[in-house]
Amino acid sequence: MDVTVTVNGHTYERDVEPRKLLIHFLRDDLDLTGSHVGCDTGNCGACSVIVNGTLLKSCMMLAVQANGATIETVEGLSADGQLTALQQAFHEHHALQCGYCTPGMLMSATALLRENPRPSEDEIKKALQGNICRCTGYWNIVEAVKAVAE
Amino acid sequence: MLLREVEYAKPASVAEALGLLAENDGARALAGGQTLINVMKARAASPDALVDLNGLDELKGIELAADGTLTIGAMTTYSELMASAEAKARPILGEVCATIADVQVRNRGTLGGNVCSNDPTNHLPPLMCAIGARMTIVGQAGEREVPAEEFFLGVYMTAVGPGELLTRIAIPAGKHDGFAAVTLGADGTCICNAAASVNGSVRVAIGCVDAVPVVITAGSPDEVAAAVRAADLDPPSDVHASAEYRRHLAEVLATRAAKEAAAR
Repeated sequence: MDVTVTVNGHTYERDVEPRKLLIHFLRDDLDLTGSHVGCDTGNCGACSVIVNGTLLKSCMMLAVQANGATIETVEGLSADGQLTALQQAFHEHHALQCGYCTPGMLMSATALLRENPRPSEDEIKKALQGNICRCTGYWNIVEAVKAVAE
Repeated sequence: MLLREVEYAKPASVAEALGLLAENDGARALAGGQTLINVMKARAASPDALVDLNGLDELKGIELAADGTLTIGAMTTYSELMASAEAKARPILGEVCATIADVQVRNRGTLGGNVCSNDPTNHLPPLMCAIGARMTIVGQAGEREVPAEEFFLGVYMTAVGPGELLTRIAIPAGKHDGFAAVTLGADGTCICNAAASVNGSVRVAIGCVDAVPVVITAGSPDEVAAAVRAADLDPPSDVHASAEYRRHLAEVLATRAAKEAAAR
């Protein structure tokens, strides 16, 4: 099926099998490997992207369902070569260890801060509930988001 | 994960969706996909075709009637419900939706998908039974309304038959509701849950203890525990809880939900 999507400002047209998940379309067809496949069961959130303004896990959506959509992935955050305030805060607060969960964490926190620019610590934790860090580095991740919120 | 080959259609109307479902026995409706896509990855289900209900405005929206009845489109997401001013007419709905999984799943998962998948650990089947929801099902033969208690038929089975769709859920006005659950982690899968509504007597629906929610009525919250014991539940044992422990939880959670409902 023909699929047209706009990802981080670029429009792509591809022929896609309906069975292909959005995450694999982004990574394999568009070579946007910033979004990660962690668990592939919808639990870990490493594949989180923003589709038409809505944060979702791209391993639980078919690529064909994104036809016509505007998609934001982690690559788009610093598209102009400058880290966003959130990315800078992750850097400064050592909010990553292995970094595998980081693209998803950044997209979830980006979505949170758009909706609620001054979240409380509890609101930050609730917003990141769908993103698992197996290095157990949650503390610094929450600190980084708090730093931007303040 | 690469899914098994599947056809995909995105109908422009409910009538077209019903036609697509009727003409192919192997076709399944795709709502939010937060269960179905994972089930397809595991090959626990391999539909031949998916009929995508996303984009059907007929199945969206929340309306509040003058008598307080809420009508919720089946394709309403948990996040949409939580943000809806109308849905505050029955506050428990938004409160329970806020405890389902996580932001990403709530942004995509739908109320219709939750009740139609009827996983015994889901939050909404017992809630719908406790608060007296009525489900509207449409098929090529027409439309019918089914009370929640008759909607849930078995594990993963509901009154929505082949070629049919749940279109909307009607919920009467009310505020004296409660919900209690013991979950795997905060907002995780329920090990046992209970929803209660107080309107004169207490009506409690317990989840995770049988194929469908078990509805119990009692005169007051203090009589709920005895009523649960009298129901002689035979819940499943699994890695998370023995049958005995689930029976205990059912009593505790039913009482907790009933007391919360009565206190509002």
